[in-house]
Parts: sequence; C-alpha cells; structure tokens
Amino acid sequence: MTALQEKPKAVAPSGPPPRRRGKRATALAGTDKLVLAIMLGIPTIVHLLFVWIPTLGSIALSFSRWNGIGGFEDIEWIGVENYVEIFTEYPRFWPAVQHNLIWLAFLLVVPTCAGLLLAVLLDRELRFSRIYQSALYMPMVLSLALIGFIWQLIYTPDGGLLNSVLGLDKPVDWIGDSDINLYAVLVAAAWRHTGYIMLLYLAGLKGVDPSLKEAAALDGASATQTFFRVTFPVMKPVNIVVAVVTVIEALRAFDIVYVINKGRNGLELLSVLVTDNIIGEASRIGRGSAVAVILLTISLGVIIPYLYQTFSKENRT
Amino acid sequence: MTATLERPSAPVVSKKRTITPARAALHAFLILTCLMTLAPLLWAVYASLRTYEDTSVNGYFSVAKSLTLANFAKAWEIGDLPHFYLNTFLITVPALVLTLLLSSMVAFGVSRFSFKLNLVLLMIFTAGNLLPQQVIVTPLWRLYRLIEVPEWISASGSLIDSQLGVILIHIAFQSGFCTFVLSNYMKTIPYELTEAARVDGASVFRQYWQLTLPLCRPVLAALATLEFTWIYNDFLWALVLIQDGDKMPVTSALQNLKGTFFTDNNLIAAGSLLVALPTLVVFFVLQRQFVGGLTLGSTKG
Repeated sequence: MTALQEKPKAVAPSGPPPRRRGKRATALAGTDKLVLAIMLGIPTIVHLLFVWIPTLGSIALSFSRWNGIGGFEDIEWIGVENYVEIFTEYPRFWPAVQHNLIWLAFLLVVPTCAGLLLAVLLDRELRFSRIYQSALYMPMVLSLALIGFIWQLIYTPDGGLLNSVLGLDKPVDWIGDSDINLYAVLVAAAWRHTGYIMLLYLAGLKGVDPSLKEAAALDGASATQTFFRVTFPVMKPVNIVVAVVTVIEALRAFDIVYVINKGRNGLELLSVLVTDNIIGEASRIGRGSAVAVILLTISLGVIIPYLYQTFSKENRT
Repeated sequence: MTATLERPSAPVVSKKRTITPARAALHAFLILTCLMTLAPLLWAVYASLRTYEDTSVNGYFSVAKSLTLANFAKAWEIGDLPHFYLNTFLITVPALVLTLLLSSMVAFGVSRFSFKLNLVLLMIFTAGNLLPQQVIVTPLWRLYRLIEVPEWISASGSLIDSQLGVILIHIAFQSGFCTFVLSNYMKTIPYELTEAARVDGASVFRQYWQLTLPLCRPVLAALATLEFTWIYNDFLWALVLIQDGDKMPVTSALQNLKGTFFTDNNLIAAGSLLVALPTLVVFFVLQRQFVGGLTLGSTKG
C-alpha cells in the first residue's frame, strides 16, 4: 500500500524530460513534490484503508471460522469449507441468490424500458416538460429506507391504498405473503430507479448528433427505424452506464427489505446474509464474508469491463 | 411518430399553437405517469394530515373529516426528531466538506500531472465507488473496533459507535465517485492555464486552490447537492457501525421510530415526511445541480 503511495512522487520528478506535450515542461520543485505527494497520499490512504483493505479482509476471512468478537488468535483457518457449506447446506443462500437475480432482471427490464420510453417522449420541444421531469425525478432523492416506510402505507392489508383501490373481498397481504412480497418491494424500488434511468437516457439523447437523425430521415427511415437503428446504437456508452448502475443497484439492495421485515420471509438477499452476521442473530464472520466475496465476484464482473471501457478510451486521447 | 404527428395539423390554418390529438395524448400520458409517480408521496401526505380516530373508524380510503398538522407535532416530539436531525447534521456536513476537499485534491493530481500511477490511482477510486457496501462492511466493523481514538471523540474508545467512524467511511466511499467526476471535469480545463501559472512561479498548492478549484465551482456545487442527499440518505453504515440508538442519524433512526409509533400509520407517515423534508427541499431548490451531478457522473468517461 505504501509502496503504491511513494512511487508517484518518486517517479514524477526524476527521469528524462518528458516528450509528452505541455504536461510537464518544467520539473517540479522539492516542496511542490512534497505537497503533491501529500495531496494524493492522504485521500488514497483513507480510501485504501477503509475500502480496499476491508475488501481484502473479506476475502481472507471467508476462509476462516470466527465469531468476530474475540481476538485474531481465535481465528480458525478452514480453507474453502465456508463456500462448500454455503453451496450445499446453508438454507437461505439459494433463495437469496434467486431473489437477487429476480431483482436484477426486474430492474433491467422495467425501469430501463420505462425510463427510456419517458426519456424519448420528453426529448422534444414540449410544454411543461420541466414539470414532468421534476415529478419523475423526485423519488430519486428519497432514501430506499424511507421508500420502504412510505410504500408500507400502500401495501398494508388493512386500509392500505392498493387493497382499497382494488376492492378485493379478501385483502391481499402484499408484504406478508412470501410469494408476492418480493415483487411488491420491487415495484417500490423500480419506482425510484426509473427516474434515474430516464435522467441518464435524456442526457444520452441530448448528446446524439441531430444530423445523424436528419440523415436517416432523408434516407426515408421512419422515426421508429431511426431510433432503433441510429439513435439507440449511438448511445452505447449510456447503455453501458445504465447496465452498470442497475447491476450494482441490484447487488446493493438492502435498506428497503431491512426496513420492511429485516430481509426474511421471502425477502432474503445476499446483502442481508452478510449483514446478519454483525447486526443480526447469526454471528459467523467466516460464512458472512464468503457471501460477501460472492457479491464481490459478481460485481467485479461488471466493474472490470466498465473500467476497461472507460479508461481504454482515455489512453487513446 | 413525429411524421404522423404533423399530418392532422396541416389543414388547420391558424397562427395560434395548434394542439394535435397526438400531442394531447402525449400530455395525457405524461400527466398520468407523473400522478402515478407522485401518488405514494401524496398518499403519505394525506394520511399524515388525518387523525387516528378518523382513519381507525372510516379507514384510510375515505374522505377526511378534518385535516390537522397534529401528527407532525407529535412525530417531532415523540420521535425526538431534533436530536436525530442534529446527529445527521454532525455526520453529513464534515463528511461532505472533507469528501469534496480530498477528492478534488486527488482529481487535481491525476488530471494535471502525469506520473506512472495516475491511471491506476483513478481506477482504484472509480472501482471502489462501485463496490457493494456489504463487500467491505464486515471487516470494516471489526477494523473499527481495533482503531483506538480518545474518549472525547468516542465513548467506546474506538471508532465503533462513533460519529467519526461513520464520517470516515462516507469520505472513503464517496471520494471514489467524486474523484472520478472531478477528474473528468478538470481534464477539460486547458493545460495552458496551470502551465502559465507555473511559469509565473505559482506553487502546486496555489495552482490547485486558487486556480483549479474556482474553475470547478459548478461541478463542486452539483456534487455537493448529490452527496448531501446520498450521505443524508445513508442507512447501512450507521446501522452497522453505530450501536447506540441515540447516536443514529435520522434515516437509520427511522427503524427506532417504527417501534415508538406502534401501529399508528398516520404518525409513521408524518414522521417519514419530516425525515424526507430536507432532501425534498434540496431537490426542489437545487434540482439543476442535482440532475447535473448525476449526468456528469455518467455521460463523461
């Protein structure tokens, strides 16, 4: 970690005069080197210490058995036993995986389609456009914990808005019924996510060169054809951001189910299984960390391609 | 779709703005969508304005006998909201200021100077910002017990159960996003500017503080708005890292309030709205910054 810190300041000033234009015409003076090293060093140390060291910690602890309370000498190293147990015995694991996958699929389909549709509709000269946008963005500023509270007022079996509107003879317990509560919660989560996706696509649509659309129209393409053959492919960077944001959001999902029923009874998620070991009943740091590593592996599946896409472009310019 | 839109309006010769059926349908659809989007919040407002007696007799889906603000006063008092707002304030303000300060320093370093590791550094921050919190939460919770701090900062003697601990993780975690956005923005500032300042003998720190930062004012404003809502809305960090319910920020304290308000949904609605209020105010006053910040974080890069 420190080696990583030291290098920049050591490398930057020495070495032959750089051929790259402009960037460093004059060598940095001694004090400037030190100042720059501090400016880069402190934030990097904070970030590494509290984000990346714990990440490595999760990986290490996933191979151990530990209650987390005792000292480090109590840690028992047991190899991949935690993973074996998770995959074969742990009853809450596969339901959680399934729920996370449903969560992801739902967020990838519903808010993305709705957000894209709304963005296309709003991306034109339109009266009251700003008011519409404000209303649609608004759920974004609310925390998912709060959304859990607000939506419970809609879902409660006695006197909730939804049951009252539907007027069913037998009230549906939207939150309590483990067959449907996941979808009920997902609607609430999608409610918030749609505004974000719409925002991303609106920005993306504004960035599309209008002459492209004109050219397509001159060639006799219909509006639909223009959208799917020209506009949508041109928005590839936005599509990638939408995909990354959605996958990460689906993996992070926690607050809303925790507020509603602490992630039980049909609302198990991987994030809940991890957190339960430190604030819930279970206190098995090793097994919890193994679940965290599984989360990490899945998220790296989108983080690495995203970094590659983002920073390979950088090298070219 | 636009092509078909034009046709019906063609025969109408009028200087006035004509409303085509398609346009009207579009507006109708958008109005309906907006109302559906606002419905959950409006429903909460409606419930919060009614008395317990009224709703327990007539149900929630009924015309209110009378409207009252009493639930808000009650939630404010029973929930001890001023106390929790203060907790949130004590966490949010330092976390926000320090996040912007530290990430602008890194962004300045990686975007203005070229050294071997600047891309690696930027990638570390960007990737860190995308990790799910649960990946780091368990070791962090243990790490916090190891880090000793003086008693006057935390009664527990370690970072666990202290507001400082929550502030630190916010800074560490959020600096990923801010560094990414700020460095993208700083790259658009011409090199000639800092180059000229350097030739004139300005130190690195002056180039950063007096030249680069003022130019970044719009993006800093956008990030500040966004980070305020994110840190304010945090639920997980405080829930895990603070055990003493009295020290919780207001969002995490919602969980306590639920118990305090037993089953009075009107009170829960009022309490939820009071908790949402600061972010809603920020959203309505600084909407452009809020939207701008999110756009900056996504489209560049």
